[in-house]
Amino acid sequence: MKMITAFIQPKRLDVVREALSGININGVTASEVKGFGRQKGHTELYRGSEFVVEFLPKVKLEIAITDEQIDEVVETISSACKINGGKIGDGKIFVSSLDQVIRIRTGEVGPDAI
Amino acid sequence: MEDQIFELQYALDTFYFLVMGALVMWMAAGFSMLEAGLVRSKNTAEILTKNIGLFAIACTMYMVYGYDVMYGGGALLSGISGQGETYSNASDFYFQVVFVATSMSIVSGAVAERMKLFAFFAFAVIFTTLIYPLEGSWTWGGASVFGLYSLSDFGFYDFAGSGIVHMAGASAALAGVLLLGARKGKYDKDGKSMPILGANLPLATLGTFILWMGWFGFNGGSVLAMASKESADAVAMVFVNTNAAAAGGVIAALLFAKLWFGKADLTMTLNGALAGLVAITAGPDTPSALVATLIGAVGGILVVLSIVWLDRKLRIDDPVGAISVHGVVGLWGLLAVPLTNSDVTFTGQLIGAGTIFVWVFIASGVVWFALKTVMGIRVTEEEEDAGSDLTECGIEAYPEFSSK
Repeated sequence: MKMITAFIQPKRLDVVREALSGININGVTASEVKGFGRQKGHTELYRGSEFVVEFLPKVKLEIAITDEQIDEVVETISSACKINGGKIGDGKIFVSSLDQVIRIRTGEVGPDAI
Repeated sequence: MEDQIFELQYALDTFYFLVMGALVMWMAAGFSMLEAGLVRSKNTAEILTKNIGLFAIACTMYMVYGYDVMYGGGALLSGISGQGETYSNASDFYFQVVFVATSMSIVSGAVAERMKLFAFFAFAVIFTTLIYPLEGSWTWGGASVFGLYSLSDFGFYDFAGSGIVHMAGASAALAGVLLLGARKGKYDKDGKSMPILGANLPLATLGTFILWMGWFGFNGGSVLAMASKESADAVAMVFVNTNAAAAGGVIAALLFAKLWFGKADLTMTLNGALAGLVAITAGPDTPSALVATLIGAVGGILVVLSIVWLDRKLRIDDPVGAISVHGVVGLWGLLAVPLTNSDVTFTGQLIGAGTIFVWVFIASGVVWFALKTVMGIRVTEEEEDAGSDLTECGIEAYPEFSSK
């Protein structure tokens, strides 16, 4: 089993959600987060003084999947989040191994619990 | 028949006074929203408490003693019972008392986010009982300045209070801010100004519109009469000019900020509207609408320059720009009167402005200093970090926004 952690543009959340439903992914956790990468921040203006917004808003997706689903999920998220053929700030996907999953209600473990 | 017409005029003038006074009272809501929008969310409940508290203190202290200091007649309004000459005496008090509250409201924004709530209230008691009423007695009250000279001899003219109300409030604020110091984090170790963002720009905009509306009462009511053709014409012109100057202030501040900073700076534009209004307040009765627009426009440019200058050069931290809007532009308003009113001289206006500033600044400085010595005027660093909502009021203004 794998854990997918993806950081995407907030405006792409709905598109990603739809695309993931289309490939039978039934559980996604989304959090509003802030961060910086190569995109860096941007400057804003308040009462005549410019200031740099260092951290940009991003959405963090956490998705638990089976080993077989990796390629399809990565491909789906990538194509849903690539804006105009790819721009700095589109996001990043991390794949890590997942030791165990337990569904609290039934006590199921492993891939059945995903 | 003549008696009936007189009674009708008396009733109409009184009615006009009361309605205009209610409009000015509404400016307290404008100041509250403007200030609540321009402070950080952690200081919102406190600034709202400050605004409604100061309004009530101003009304009470001016009733107890302030009105007597300014116009005589005895403490506790003992002199205003019964009929006036052309309007009810009580309506005169009502119209005057909301001006005191306006002047005091100006102070709260400048000292926002770091002053002790009850030190501020203590200052409000002195300001509305003595400091404001005394300079009011020298100007609108017609009394001589400590028996030394009389401002009316110099032809000092301040129609609705660019100096008497607005610059006076700003002078008290300046004295307070100098003793109080800047907000923590406002200047870095090299003295560079760091922006501290206001939490709610829609509220700040609403507050500005409310003030704009209230100003029709402020200036329009200061004609002091409505029940004749002449006074009705005068009121209409004052309304037109007040509106025109605010519009001029907005356009000038908007364009000036766009040219200077490269963006349309909303809070500067809001200050531009108020600057236009303050600028026309000393003489909304004589200019044409176009000239009123230009007077407001100069105010709009001055306010942007002044805010940046005070903030970056003098390092005077004024979160809402009150000292610039009401003080610097208030002075401009006084000096603009001779441009359209041939009975008024620059010298007379300067003497009046100087008298108001010196008295209010020094008297306020003494009171702030005394409060600083006796009870302290500034919250502790920990309290400033936590926000005065929690430390002064025990409640956050927006509790549902943070997960518990």
